[in-house]
Amino acid sequence: MKFPQTNPPHKPTNPLGAASPAAPIPGLLPALKAKQLSFYYGSQKALEDVSLDIYHGQVTAIIGPSGCGKSTFIKALNRIGELEGKVRVEGAVEFFGQNIYSHRINLNRLRRQIGMVFQKPNPFPMSIYDNVAYGVRIGGRYSRTELDAIVESALSSAALWNEVKDNLHKSALGLSGGQQQRLCIARALAVKPQVLLMDEPASALDPISTMKIEELIHTLSQELTIAIVTHNMQQASRVSHYTAFFSTDEGRIGQMIEFGPTAEIFTAPTHPRTQDYVEGRFG
Amino acid sequence: MQSSEHDSSIGARAPDPQKAGLILDITTTDRWDLVLEQGFSWLLRGFALSIVVVLVWMSWVIFQQARPAIQQFGLKFLWSQDWDVPGLTFGALPYIYGTLVTSAIALILAIPVGIAVALVSSENFLPLWLRSPLGFLVELIAAIPSVIVGLWGIFVLIPFLQPLQQGLYRYLNWLPLFGTEPYGPGMLPAGVILGIMVLPTIAAISRDVLLAVPGELRSASMSLGATRWETIFKLLLPAGASGILGAVMLGLGRALGETMAVTMVIGNSPQISASLLDLGYTIPAVLANEFAEALDNLHIGALMYLALILFAITLLVNIIAVLLVRLMGQQGGISTRVEPTINTGADQPQRLLP
Amino acid sequence: MTATPTNSDPKSLAAELLHPLPLGRTWFTYGMTAIAFGLTGLALIPLLAILIEILRQGLPHLTPEVFVSLPAPAGVTDVPNGFANAILGTLIMVTIATLLSIPFGVMTGIFLSELGRGAAASGPVQTVASFVRFIATILSGVPSIIAGVFAWGVIVQTMKGFSALAGGFALAIIMLPIVTLTTEEALKLVPDSQRLASAALGANRRQTTFRIAVTSALSGITTGILLAVARAAGETAPLLFTALGSLTWPDGLLKPAPSLSVLIFNYSQSPFVEQTELAWTASAVLVGLVLLTSILSRFFTRRRLKIR
Repeated sequence: MKFPQTNPPHKPTNPLGAASPAAPIPGLLPALKAKQLSFYYGSQKALEDVSLDIYHGQVTAIIGPSGCGKSTFIKALNRIGELEGKVRVEGAVEFFGQNIYSHRINLNRLRRQIGMVFQKPNPFPMSIYDNVAYGVRIGGRYSRTELDAIVESALSSAALWNEVKDNLHKSALGLSGGQQQRLCIARALAVKPQVLLMDEPASALDPISTMKIEELIHTLSQELTIAIVTHNMQQASRVSHYTAFFSTDEGRIGQMIEFGPTAEIFTAPTHPRTQDYVEGRFG
Repeated sequence: MQSSEHDSSIGARAPDPQKAGLILDITTTDRWDLVLEQGFSWLLRGFALSIVVVLVWMSWVIFQQARPAIQQFGLKFLWSQDWDVPGLTFGALPYIYGTLVTSAIALILAIPVGIAVALVSSENFLPLWLRSPLGFLVELIAAIPSVIVGLWGIFVLIPFLQPLQQGLYRYLNWLPLFGTEPYGPGMLPAGVILGIMVLPTIAAISRDVLLAVPGELRSASMSLGATRWETIFKLLLPAGASGILGAVMLGLGRALGETMAVTMVIGNSPQISASLLDLGYTIPAVLANEFAEALDNLHIGALMYLALILFAITLLVNIIAVLLVRLMGQQGGISTRVEPTINTGADQPQRLLP
Repeated sequence: MTATPTNSDPKSLAAELLHPLPLGRTWFTYGMTAIAFGLTGLALIPLLAILIEILRQGLPHLTPEVFVSLPAPAGVTDVPNGFANAILGTLIMVTIATLLSIPFGVMTGIFLSELGRGAAASGPVQTVASFVRFIATILSGVPSIIAGVFAWGVIVQTMKGFSALAGGFALAIIMLPIVTLTTEEALKLVPDSQRLASAALGANRRQTTFRIAVTSALSGITTGILLAVARAAGETAPLLFTALGSLTWPDGLLKPAPSLSVLIFNYSQSPFVEQTELAWTASAVLVGLVLLTSILSRFFTRRRLKIR
């Protein structure tokens, strides 16, 4: 891919202890802070004791073998996971200091601040325009001109505007898979979230579409906090500033093994399991 | 949320959330929204309960109306044979008998044909483009109003069956089943017409049941050297047995309650005769014929009592049927479903999203 | 037959593979296939016979006159004869039934699919939902004549008279479970990923339900309603002692009302040829309406789904 390896703007000063929860990185503000988060589907524990900061304005990649709970983790960050099943959560997730698992949280407001892009493109069966305007309309009344402006800016941000500007009122289902996924990104951007969660956003796409999505993530990282789950290590190294490695223990329960600046995780991991994974000896 | 939200720039970089204005409002809940959301949820529940209310209300109304007759005749009603409207003596046995006999004929005819249709329209005997229209055509019979099937019964089926009935009488009259001279209308034509009408039910549900048997099982059986029909008899039909039985029970429920077509071809004579060529009467038929003209409370009560019996039997049959089909679904569900995900509709989304 | 060759000589192995199955197994396959196809053909005969007969008997007398005239008195042949009143009566009663059953049926279907399904539904609601679904399934199997008896007890007896309203009520009871179950089926076809996407944009339950689920399922829900309408339009038994029937124009909702199906029944055993002819003609009209509704609704659903 073309764009250069991005380095984290702030290098951590303290070394990371092996398998310990990530130490805070000074100078950076955590947008989302998972504190000893454990996650259960019914009685099945899926995730154990994860403490991880998603830093404001940074791209954080979450990598790991399948079944390691990385999707579960990201879906716990905007509480979308609880729509998928009976779940129980221990610990806390703080969004700029507010615990999102507090009973006072309004889930609709929360999810507008923390947007999400799913593994498979899931455009609504309506026009491209209506897809992007959907979330905006839900939030309040806007005039036609306001809506037009928001839709255009969101589609431009998602690098889709030039491809669809003449077909805004055609069905979104006529787009290619890659375009559909960028539409889903535009749809999430249109409500102006602080954080964008991406759950393997390119796993269902061809290499060229994948590249476009990666370029898009790179551009969006200028103004957004992004957390991206991926099973593709090259992708993680290309797009992210920080990387968290998840894996399972003997009981098939997911946990975080290591967190650090992406370059370090890939070149000088401290934990042997991370080492095995990034060197392709496992998973 | 207001449009001002869009004015604030996203994601200013700052170490302090307070300073950057990043203490975002994610807690305020509009009271109206909460009320509407709760109200919506309760409204849906209210509507949903209405369907339960209807069933309970229905049972209550019919039971109430039947009470005069229940008090007068008690359970003796079930095996008493007299039906004398001016004399106000009522017994249900001829109607129960006619209902059961015609339904039995219907099932005997419809089960083999229904299963054959289900097999032909689900297995790969025919190319796919022929299979589903075939199933559709058979199901179309269910869409024809039963009064029209009855009309066809009077003018086409009875004349067509009459030589056959005469033949049965001539050569097999030593059998009590065919021991009376055929009139034309009678229990046999009624059973045949019922068989035609329950065929779509049996065929359609058996087909779904067979399609639910995982394809790998078929391949496994074939790869062990079984022929197609050996696979069907030794694997598919046993695997789908409870579901097919459920389909048959649903068909039975339909046959027991079918009114118009039977009324038009059974001859409407409340008698108990061993001969299928004889006239008969069924519970739905007597309700259809006498209800509008029933004046006396006891007569109405007796008809309501009959309705109650029919209601109870069909409820029972349907409950058994639904449980059988559900049992099948659960068995299939265990073997095909990998994990309990939310994707309850996800096996079919390609129908919406190619 | 044995799949294992008796010796490992490749020649005899090839012979084993080429050797046909024993005669019994071959004939069993052919015989059963022939029987299955024979029975399937047999199953199609009644449908064809009924449709042919309706065309043969019904079409010749299908003149514009029948759509505008009232039924002629029995035995009188020189006045216009038709069933305009019955068409109107059927339409009135089906409309009443549709108006009554749609809100209850569609909302119950939404409840079953959007609140009572999926892993996220809370335990008690799920229990209620599966109970309601069970009751709806059972109710759909209740004989239509029982719905008529019920409507008689609820409306005819309390209001002391046969009425179009009672007929419409009975038909609504028949339509209710059909609308409910097909609405749930249609909503189930909407992928959950779209509900998730909507929730991730901050939509609440009402918004997700009506803007995403119901919108996407609208054609399926419409199909269900049309199928229920088709079923109700052809029902006779529940109308016999609720709406009764009449030979004149429908006269308000609280008076007996004519209907196509009851007219067919009443005229089916008439000794007057012109009345049985009219019954056939009415059958052609009724079956045309009913089949057209069911085939068209299926056709359109399929096509719309394909385009999407």
